[in-house]
Amino acid sequence: MGAQVKITAKQLSIGYQHSAGETIVASGLDCSLRGGEFVCLLGPNGAGKSTLIRTLAGMQKPLAGELRLSGKVMRDIAPRERARAVSVVLTEAMPSGMMDAYSLVSLGRHPYSGWFGGLTGQDRERIDWSIDAVGARPLANRQVSELSDGERQKISIARALAQEAKLMLLDEPTAYLDLPRRVELMSILRNLAHQENLALLLSTHDLDLALRFADRVWLMTPEGNLLQAAPEALALNGKFAEVFATENLDWDVSTGSFRAHPMACLKVRLEGQCIERVWTQRALERLGFGISEDDGKVAFSLKVNKNSWEVERFGLNQNFENIESLIEWIRSVDWQE
Amino acid sequence: MKSATSQRLGGFTLIAVATFTMFLLSICLGSVNFSLSEVLQTLLGHGDANAVHRQIILDFRLPQVLTALLSGAALGTAGLLMQTVFRNPLADPFVLGVNSGASLGVAIVLLAIGPIGLSLTDGLAGSGQMLLIFASSGGAAATLFIVLLLSRRVDIMSVLIIGLMISYTIGALVSILMFFSMAERLQSFINWSFGDYGNVSWSQMRYFGPAILCGIVLSSLFMKPLDALLLGERYAESLGTRTKQVRFFVLLGASLLAGTVTGFCGPIGFLGIAAPHLSRYLFQTNNHQVLIPASILVGAFLSVSADFVARGPGLDVVLPLNAITALIGAPVIIAALVKQGKMKRLF
Repeated sequence: MGAQVKITAKQLSIGYQHSAGETIVASGLDCSLRGGEFVCLLGPNGAGKSTLIRTLAGMQKPLAGELRLSGKVMRDIAPRERARAVSVVLTEAMPSGMMDAYSLVSLGRHPYSGWFGGLTGQDRERIDWSIDAVGARPLANRQVSELSDGERQKISIARALAQEAKLMLLDEPTAYLDLPRRVELMSILRNLAHQENLALLLSTHDLDLALRFADRVWLMTPEGNLLQAAPEALALNGKFAEVFATENLDWDVSTGSFRAHPMACLKVRLEGQCIERVWTQRALERLGFGISEDDGKVAFSLKVNKNSWEVERFGLNQNFENIESLIEWIRSVDWQE
Repeated sequence: MKSATSQRLGGFTLIAVATFTMFLLSICLGSVNFSLSEVLQTLLGHGDANAVHRQIILDFRLPQVLTALLSGAALGTAGLLMQTVFRNPLADPFVLGVNSGASLGVAIVLLAIGPIGLSLTDGLAGSGQMLLIFASSGGAAATLFIVLLLSRRVDIMSVLIIGLMISYTIGALVSILMFFSMAERLQSFINWSFGDYGNVSWSQMRYFGPAILCGIVLSSLFMKPLDALLLGERYAESLGTRTKQVRFFVLLGASLLAGTVTGFCGPIGFLGIAAPHLSRYLFQTNNHQVLIPASILVGAFLSVSADFVARGPGLDVVLPLNAITALIGAPVIIAALVKQGKMKRLF
């Protein structure tokens, strides 16, 4: 990767300064982000993800340590120059009334326009490109206040893109979106990072999506450390489990997801190869059953075929035509006996 | 985009024509009525009219209507700036307490110093009038200085609350002064607080006019950062806006405008809230390149209209200006809100 390093932090302490002293959120952070890289910032609530993003964006002073943007010390960079290099998408609400989406995106050209903010042809080209890049062309003439959360988030990202900055920092952009919208947004962002050679850092709570899309993961621990690795490496070495697992929640390394503790240890023998089997297994796990791997004692055995679920319990057979009725039956039986 | 631009141009033309019509109407009609041709000829310098008419038109009507025009423009602009900076649709030009500062200055002159022996000419003519202007401008400037000094240490919402608290404090001081005052002194203070565009003579216009123009030019320089501020301070900073600096100059500009108007004409309410809201409603935008000129024109129009009504053409009375601005301003805001459905779409 010959890509130029965009931002580097050494022994960075982040937090807040106030009259009574300092509140350090995290310290001793070493990290770097380079062009063409899509990085997800993960960590439990309160670990300092937003603080780190604001500090990297130069919006908040680091308490200690060194922060450089393409070799220059961050605090020495003039605001206008910084705005041409770093763009942000924050969690705070965008303005609501009396502004159409196009005007909102065009605010991203401020670091380039003159004193009164007039737009040149080049500015308009970039604005149009940004709107198309997030697939928001149909939204351009609509009022921002009439957009849905997902549409507004797209416009917000288009605004950041219009800034033409090589480093883009996003604070939980997927927070209020439904799953398809999240996946769409993540793939748009990853493609942008790769195609436009952007350095893109995105904080999220969505571990699953981060695992699917991120080139690298920055994992903030509750102790205020920052772990960096490929997402798969953090899954395999148990770091995810360490950071996120609580007494009620287990990290399942085989599926790459979290799971509530199984209540009882009743087992079920499951046979079948079709797609229905996968979802039947999920249903069983959700209902608190384990899948038996051997010939040990089981509560019942289940043969799954397309459109047929055959249950054998105490030597009696029962057939279900759909998964709905199977689940209903499982819930109706008193398994404590 | 094309049609939006021409629509805006049409809107501006309409308001400009309406304002100019009100301007001429205001000069024509009053306690004495003149024909339009007489007024136009006098204004253009053809001396056909008799000397008394000339004097009424040129030395009384014209400065008063000009003052109304400039005051409305100033308050409209100042109100818009305050609403954007504080991201609050209820903000008006006086949120930082400049009008209460001015009223304290005036109260000290009229209520405290006056009784001790300083001779104020009856009816507040001549030098007494100039003294009042100094007192209210001084009071406004002192308050502004204190609030701006404090505002450097806190966030923008706190500035709003500090301004409000300072207003209350000063209001309390004024009440105490009023409590110990004689009835006729009280009457002249109350007259001042009604607001009056007729106080600015040509010799005072030399200060009033340039001060207002300075304030409007200063404010217009910040159209772009004001647009950025619509996104909130954090986003504005990420766009390279020096928000602290912008905030300081914008508050300074707005307060200069509001303070000057209050200093010369007394506290004029409601125009500062009504003009920006009506402009947003008319032009359906939050872009300051449109809203600043729009608020100037709409403010001027409302102001001249209010002054016209207050002077009661055909009647023999002069109504309190402040009552008229509220009577015009409040229904305008209500109508815009009801038509628009909800605040979110309007602000």
